[in-house]
Formats: sequence, C-alpha cells, structure tokens
Amino acid sequence: MDISSIDPVILIASLMVSSTSILLAATGELIVEKSGVLNLGVEGMMIIGAICGFIICVEFKSPFLGLIGSALGGALLSMIFAAVTQFLRANQVASGLALTLFGLGLASLLGHSYTGIKPPYLPKPNIPLLSDIPIVGKMLFQHDVVVYFSIVSVVAAWFLFQKTKLGLIVKAVGENQESAHALGYNVIRTRVIAILVGGSFAGLAGGYLSLVRVPQWTEGMTAGAGWIALALVVFSGWKPLRLIIGAYIFGGFTILQLNLQAIGIELSVALLSMTPYIVTIIALVLISSGKGRVGTSTPGSLGKVFMKVR
Amino acid sequence: MTSTRPLTGTRQSQAIPLLSLSGITKSFSNIVANSNIKLSLNHGEIHALLGENGAGKSTLVKIIYGLISADSGEMYISNTKYRPKNPKDARKNRIGMVFQHFSLFNAMNVYENIAVGLDDSFSELDLRYRIIDLSKKYGLPLNPNDVVGNLSAGQQQRIEIVRCLLQSPKLLIMDEPTSVLNPMEIEQLFNTLRKLASEGTSILYISHKLNEVKELCNRATVLRGGKVIRTCNIKDYSTAEIAELMVGNSVKATVRTNKIFGETLLKIQNLYQDSEDPYGISIKNLNLEIKSGQILGIGGVSGNGQEELMTALSGELKPKKGKILFNGSLINSLNSEERRSLGIFSAPEERLGHAACPDMTLSDNVLITCSKTANLTKYGFIQKDLTKNLAQNIISKFDVRTKDFSSLASSLSGGNLQKFVVGRELLQNPKLLVINQPTWGVDAAAANFIRQAIINLAEAGTAVIIISQDLDELLEVSDDFTALVSGRISNPRPVGDLGLKDIGEMMSGTLLDD
Repeated sequence: MDISSIDPVILIASLMVSSTSILLAATGELIVEKSGVLNLGVEGMMIIGAICGFIICVEFKSPFLGLIGSALGGALLSMIFAAVTQFLRANQVASGLALTLFGLGLASLLGHSYTGIKPPYLPKPNIPLLSDIPIVGKMLFQHDVVVYFSIVSVVAAWFLFQKTKLGLIVKAVGENQESAHALGYNVIRTRVIAILVGGSFAGLAGGYLSLVRVPQWTEGMTAGAGWIALALVVFSGWKPLRLIIGAYIFGGFTILQLNLQAIGIELSVALLSMTPYIVTIIALVLISSGKGRVGTSTPGSLGKVFMKVR
Repeated sequence: MTSTRPLTGTRQSQAIPLLSLSGITKSFSNIVANSNIKLSLNHGEIHALLGENGAGKSTLVKIIYGLISADSGEMYISNTKYRPKNPKDARKNRIGMVFQHFSLFNAMNVYENIAVGLDDSFSELDLRYRIIDLSKKYGLPLNPNDVVGNLSAGQQQRIEIVRCLLQSPKLLIMDEPTSVLNPMEIEQLFNTLRKLASEGTSILYISHKLNEVKELCNRATVLRGGKVIRTCNIKDYSTAEIAELMVGNSVKATVRTNKIFGETLLKIQNLYQDSEDPYGISIKNLNLEIKSGQILGIGGVSGNGQEELMTALSGELKPKKGKILFNGSLINSLNSEERRSLGIFSAPEERLGHAACPDMTLSDNVLITCSKTANLTKYGFIQKDLTKNLAQNIISKFDVRTKDFSSLASSLSGGNLQKFVVGRELLQNPKLLVINQPTWGVDAAAANFIRQAIINLAEAGTAVIIISQDLDELLEVSDDFTALVSGRISNPRPVGDLGLKDIGEMMSGTLLDD
C-alpha cells in the first residue's frame, strides 16, 4: 500500500468529471424547488436521459446530438409529472416516486438491445494557453464541455435568482403561491416551465453518465445519483453556489475511495463506498446549521398544491 | 381615535366620476355574492365600502382589481369602458390594491417584495432610491434590505402601500387595513391616506369598523347579502344607524348580571416559551393570574406571541422555563388531553387544521376532543349515539348552519365553523377557558351570541382568557385587560379604569420596561 501513488492532479481532474452529473441534476432540481414544486423523480428522469441520449448518440453517431437527446428525454418525462401534479393536482411526493419507478422500468425496456455497445467519444475542446499551464492546466482546463456547462449553469442559476426579475417571480411563486397569484402571476405556468427546465437538466445529467463518464449503457446505471442530487438541494439551503461545494465533496470522496481501493487499503470495501455519502451529508449539515438555517430558507409553498379559489 | 378634521373630498369632485360600476353581478355555484351593484367614486374621495363578513365586499373589489371577472355588469374609468382580465390590467389603469392578508413573501427582503409586484422594468439602484424617497414622503419609513418575515404587521402593510404608490395610482383599494394595526399605527395610516386623498388619489376603504369609517371617509356604500343597501354621506348618519343598515336589524348589547370572583385558579410565573415559527415571537418572562368567574382580555396584534401563549396554556408544547399552576398544582408537563380532564379547555385561532380536523365529520371532531370529558367512549368503544347527540346539540344551540353532524368540518364556512368550535368548548363546562379570536369571521348577531355565551360561562364561575385583536370586543366582555406585545405582557388592569390613552400605551408596549 502506497498512498503517494495517488496523484492529486489526476484526483482533482477526475473529481470534477465524477461530480458533474450530480451537479447538473441538483441545479435543475433547485430551480424546480425554488418554484415550490418537489419533484422526487430526479432519478427516473436521469436514467431516461441516460438511455435516450445513448440511443440517439449510437443511432446518429453524434455525441452532441446524444446530449441534446438526453435533455429532451428528461424534459419529456418531466412533462408527465407536470401534467399530473399541476393540472390534475396530484400529490407531488407520490407522483415523483412513481416517476422514478416508471423511468427506471422504461429505461430498461428501451435499452434492452443497447447493452455492451460503445458509443462514439465526445471530443474535448482544446483550450489554448490555459490548458498548457503546468498542473493547473491539467487539473482544470482539459475537460469536456459538459463539465464547464455544469459550472456555468450553477452560476447562471445564482444570477437568475439574485439579479433578475424572472428569478424573483419564480422565487415568489415558490415562496407564497397565493400572494404570487394575487399579484397577477401565473403560478401553474411558472411551475410547469420550471419542471421542464429541471427535467432537461436531470436528463442531461443522465446523458453525461452514459455518454461520457462510463461510457456505455447498463441497467440502473444512475445508482442513486438522483437521490444524492435531491439531498444536495436541501442541504445547500436552496443556494446555488453551495451546490458546487456539496457536489465536489461527494465526487471527491467517490474518486478518493476508488483510488484507496485500488492501492489496497486495509479497510472493508463496504465502508469505503459509504464514505462519499456520509461525508457529503455531514459537510452539508455543518454548512446549513446555524445562521440561515434550512427552516428559514425552504421555499414556503414547497410541495403544496395550488388551486385557484374565488 | 384622532381628532384631526376629516377631509372633505367632495371639494375636488368633478362631473365625471373616476370609477363607476353598474349592474355588477357575480355568483359562485349557488351563492350570489354580488347582485346588481352600482357604485361611483369621485376623484380624491375616501369612499367606505361597508358590510358584514360575507356581504360581498371582497368579491366586489376583486372584480375591480381584475382577480375575478363579473358575470354581468359594466365598469367605467373616467367614462371609458374598463374590463380587466387580470390584476396587471388593473394596474395599467392605475388601480392599486392593499390586501387584508398581505401578498408578501416572508423569506424575501423589502426591495425584492416590491420589485416582484411592479410591472415596468427598472434598475435596482433607482428603485431602491424611490422606495426610500416615497416611504419618507408619506411617513412610512422602510429599509429595502430588511427581511419581511422579521417585520411587524404595520411595517409589512407599509410595503404593500409603497408598492402600490410606486405605480402612482388614481385609485387605491384598501381591504380591512386596520385589522392588524395597533392604535398608533392606525393613526399613522390615516394621515397617509388623507395626504394621498388631498393629492387627488381616490381611496376605496373596506371595513366593518364604523368608528374608523366615520373618522376617515366622506361617503359610504353599505352592502348586505350581496346587494347595495344604501350609498350615503357618512356624516348624516350615526354609527348605530349605519350598523343597523349593515346588519339588517339592531343588535342588542351583551349583559352581565353578576361579577363574583372566586379563588385564584391559574397562575403563570416567569413563563418563557419559544416560537416554533422561524419568524415568530417568543414569550419572555410572562406573569399572569386569573380567578374563577373572571374574564381576562389579552389584546395586541396577532403575531406578538399570541399563538405561543396559546400553545403553552393548552398543553400543546411544554413551556421552556417558568411555572404554570392550576389550582395550586404544577401542570407544566401535562399534555392537552390531561389538561382537558382537569377542566382546561382551549379554542385556538386557526379553525381548520388546529381547532378542527378539516376532513373529519363534525361528530368525529367532537369525539377526538371531548371523548374523556363527555364520556364518549366506553371500554375503548365509541358511543356513537352520545357523540352524534352532542354534535347535534352544539349545532342547534350555536346556530351552526350546516346539514347535520355528518358534514365535514372543511365544508363549513369560516364563521359557521367558528361557532361550532366555540360551542364545542363552551358546552364542556370548563373551569378555565382559553379562547383565541372568539368571533373572528362571524357576523354581528352570531358574534354577539358567542360573547353572551362567554359571559354566561363566567357568571357560572368559569375563568376565561380571551385573546383577541378586536379591541371593542375585549373592552365589552372583559373584566381585566392587558396586551401582549413582542412576547411580553403588561400588568392587567380593570377595564373600567382604563382610558383610551392607557390602552394605546399598553398596546404599543411603552409600559413595558426591562
């Protein structure tokens, strides 16, 4: 056993890759929850995104089309959730769980004949100068576009909610649906759009797994990443920038424990695989305790059914 | 309450009214909320819209503000036809509205709350300046960075008003604006409204508090049962005459025949109770005593610890610190069921979900609260007939308008459910009754009935604590009065000894020293 055989540069570079999927899904869910909707179907939308993206990528031989397809697949599935919860006013928790089960089942069905195929690779952009910086260049500037897109989208979400009228309206709808309605905003329409955006993010997160991270199709390949994304949103206190911290801690420990297993550390594999989950939760609980508690930052109308009265 | 001379708005009135309605009719399934309403508003006029709960005031202003659309009838603004599809249309026509239940967002700051309600685009810095400017000009100081959930009800209302004023409205609709304010805040609000009217803004002022209306308004339109009963110059009528127009018949006052106080029944010493609501107020060092046969009125604006005091007395939550003594024995650790069997009953403010289970029938609602005290179970089995009889008894005695005991609690209107909840507690012959907002949302006749029932209970030796925002009610019913402000309470004093000034001081918390 030799700890020094773990290269920190490669470690950081690969933690960014391994966190990207969770980060994307969590950003999407954060937008959905800010609008007052609790969609527990993230896992289902991710796996549907994974298989839709995979099929399109293989059939059209284009990883870019595949990524777009994965986002569309996730959005399509989330439309079912939107219809059921927003127009038929069904319970959001039950509908979300059903969406996950449905998504997992449908994905296995769709992906039946695609197991074992290798998809074409997503080319990495060549960033001149920056990627040539020693150490930092290899750590930060030799990734694929989706990694950068995930970081940009978190910052964009922060900007949306802090600086724009649109973000203010979404927050208002999620904070107090009756008041937002009284001010003349269309609560249902806002939420449906948020759900679709969340769905595309979750789909893209799944597509990233099957097209770039793994890359191949296996049944149940999301392996609970959707649930971790959901937990990240809560523990981040619905603050976008904290999502990055949470996602990177999770990704970091996932990579670290894999490396530790590889060099043969004398600790049970079960315990090692547990660490990313435990460390992430502890870290986020620490962040979210004290000032700015979860209780005060939860969107006030989260999970509530909106019905126009009189 | 103030001695300032009311403005004569008619001095500005022009031939063409600002807003005129004719034949406005609106019905919901089988209830006609507004029927053939005619109303006209002059420029710079403060016009009162009066009526009991359910008279159709709210429906009418919601039609004007574009929240709901009328079935028939027409509206004109300065003689051009006006048909708002949504509140945005109303705001485009320079109509603003301040809601009774604020349409604010607790977790957002003042600036964000105002920005989200504006239709035009704006720059953040510019808007911040305008908020500060405007709020100063009209005596409504606001800090754009304060988080709304931490502000008092009066401050929250300022946000609503400033939000309206930023769109320079020609008509400002105020829905029961004083129901959450203390006397000082009311006076400040009236000054603002008078200033606005003198600048030519018309104000439609909805209320059922006649003294206020008489002081502030020029003309009044009285609604009853969805119809306009009369439009009149308010100075030509006495308060009693207007009240009769509103109610339809005269309401007799409550009577108290005896005032015999017994032993001290409840004693609270140095009570501390934390709020469960992140924006709530905690109870700090509260001392209180009440004798049997005594009615203690606790005034103050809701949200100043009322809910927290209620949960401490009912046994829902254990007190954090301090002692609650009932008949000399410590009851801190008893839960609400155990307190009920001692004779301590309580009726919390929130009817649906707190005082009653919305999706259960009335008889089941009786069962879960009174099973021990009224012996509704035997060897663990439900005595169905006894339960039904008790529920039916409450329904008939308190004139609850519903089919029968098998109706769901959620199917009752607010006022009717209120009568049921209060009736349920009153019929248990409590030794101590704690009641929060006993007549909230019920019409004048029923309110009077409930008040008389409370008085009768006290005459029979029950100690009663009434927590209410309705100052007139407290002064009418209570023997002693105190106010709960910021989680603290001043020494109770006999109602007879109190002047308006004393009450104002108690309610604004100036008597509390640290």
